[in-house]
Amino acid sequence: MLILNQDQLANWLNQLTDTYKVFAPVKDGDHYTFKEISSGNQVTLNYTNTKVPPKEVLFPRSEKLFCYRQENEGIQLEEKIDESKKVIFGLRPCDAKGFLLLDNVFNNDKYQDPYYLNRRKNTILVGLGCNQPATTCFCTSLGGGPFASEGLDILLVDIGNRYVVEVVTEKGQELLSGLNLPAAEPEAQEAARKVKEEAALSTSINLDGLKAKLDVIFYDPIWDLIHEKCLGCAACTYSCPTCHCFDIVDEAEGKEGCRIRNWDACMFPLFTLHGSGHNPRPTGKERFRQRVMHKFKYFVDNFNAVACVGCGRCIINCPVNLDIREVLAEIQGLEVRSDKQ
Amino acid sequence: MKNPYLPLPMRLVKNFIETEDNLIHTFTLEFLREEDEKSFQYLPGQFAEVSVFGTGEAPFGIASSPTEPGHLKFSVAKVGVVTTTLHQLPEGTILGVRGPLGNNYPLEEFKGKNLVVIGGGFAFTTLRSLITYILHPEHRGDYGELTVIYGARNPGLLLYKEELAEWEKRSDINLVCTIDRPVEGWNGRVGFVPTVTKEVAPSANNAYAVICGPPVMIKFTMPVLEELGFPPERIIMSLENRMKCGIGMCGRCNVGNKYVCKDGPVFTRAQLNQLPNEY
Repeated sequence: MLILNQDQLANWLNQLTDTYKVFAPVKDGDHYTFKEISSGNQVTLNYTNTKVPPKEVLFPRSEKLFCYRQENEGIQLEEKIDESKKVIFGLRPCDAKGFLLLDNVFNNDKYQDPYYLNRRKNTILVGLGCNQPATTCFCTSLGGGPFASEGLDILLVDIGNRYVVEVVTEKGQELLSGLNLPAAEPEAQEAARKVKEEAALSTSINLDGLKAKLDVIFYDPIWDLIHEKCLGCAACTYSCPTCHCFDIVDEAEGKEGCRIRNWDACMFPLFTLHGSGHNPRPTGKERFRQRVMHKFKYFVDNFNAVACVGCGRCIINCPVNLDIREVLAEIQGLEVRSDKQ
Repeated sequence: MKNPYLPLPMRLVKNFIETEDNLIHTFTLEFLREEDEKSFQYLPGQFAEVSVFGTGEAPFGIASSPTEPGHLKFSVAKVGVVTTTLHQLPEGTILGVRGPLGNNYPLEEFKGKNLVVIGGGFAFTTLRSLITYILHPEHRGDYGELTVIYGARNPGLLLYKEELAEWEKRSDINLVCTIDRPVEGWNGRVGFVPTVTKEVAPSANNAYAVICGPPVMIKFTMPVLEELGFPPERIIMSLENRMKCGIGMCGRCNVGNKYVCKDGPVFTRAQLNQLPNEY
């Protein structure tokens, strides 16, 4: 463990911007958001969590996959792979875990997504532990924690006017080379231990037996009721570190154009609408069920992990206070009947 | 890293009006580059994403068979933006194709078995691929009896009339075409596919059934196949769901934990029985 003084931070970030595109939390009106910074002074680290996760640094809301120019005897394609080196600075441990989960999707059993994976490979994650988790946080229920280092390259622990620097990976080590940070003395280590101990989470979800329940309640009437409050606005999916649905469209003028992918969401009726007019998920009921099932059953079936990190953003951003903790508790309270269509 | 989003350039060499209502066209595409043709190794049952540059792309089952080298065929209904544009394209247009995507019909398992292929309406595209593949001299000996039951509302809506006429002449395929209502000049059967399947009564002994068609046809043919003794493991179906990426990432075509694009589109009825009814 090393020690970094708070007044060294801006300088370090300034240095990093020479080599890397640095994304860090910046105050944006009444909330915080990850933005590319040009100077260390722009960064604010006394935030609880950002409104949306830094997912978009690796998986942008909108990105060009390739551009093309039609010619008489063919077509010229220009691939838009982003190879730039990046640092995501000051992200929370839950968001780092979100990337670990997304890795499963973009590097599945058959295909690799070169856009996400190239960015992922070239990005270093510097995390910041959570001294004061929010009342909507439940990361510890998902195997994470306010100071979990899983998925991070470096973890910073704020001990007042200094940071204890935990180097997690070699990539993290590289980022610190040239800084010559001193080792954290026992006093600092003790302070870090205390900060970690005091960072208590007030809420949780119960995953015990949840998957087994979801395995048999697809046709249960609970879905008729549980979705009713939902407006289908998809604020939950847009602010989720693990949601990965997207749409692909062409934008063109004359002989030139680009193929673009944009975030999409399972909460929208058009998402699954067939050309024939048939829709396998025609109402809010099926769409809400899909969201819950995907995160807590299908993802577990496919990747042996729950697709939720407990960041609580879907709770904070929901306009009608639909709370995933309550939804899961309600499911847990179900008496399981045999599932019949 | 191979980029699965990049389409291979192909030339539209034929835009053929397949059905009399002009709603289905069959598109024949040729690779522009020899190396692409070599790398595009597919089997019956697989699909591809066809790009109309400037409009978008859409997934279609491959109607040609790998035994017909040099080109790919897609039969496409005019439904949405991409397909409507596609229908209007002149021959010679440069299109894009990415694939082959998805799994194929279990040709290895079929070996030594009798096959009953049941199709309805324009859901006959990958069945054309399958039948053409099996009838190829190099493959015909690997498979037992081949029975094909194909229904459409009227004769003008049957796809692949040329192929049907050729198959009709052969002795190594039992082709039964049927239309919904009698039409002057039609000498074939009249009746819905489930009824005709019952009449033809293909034996389930040492046999697989492959069935593609509109949901209502599937629904009423299933009990017939059950009655004939086809177990769910030997009933093969092909699903369609809205798709974008075709590679299991964009999140919309899943049925339960399976992605139709990546884990399908070909499933056995036994597999589908384990999945929710969301397709």
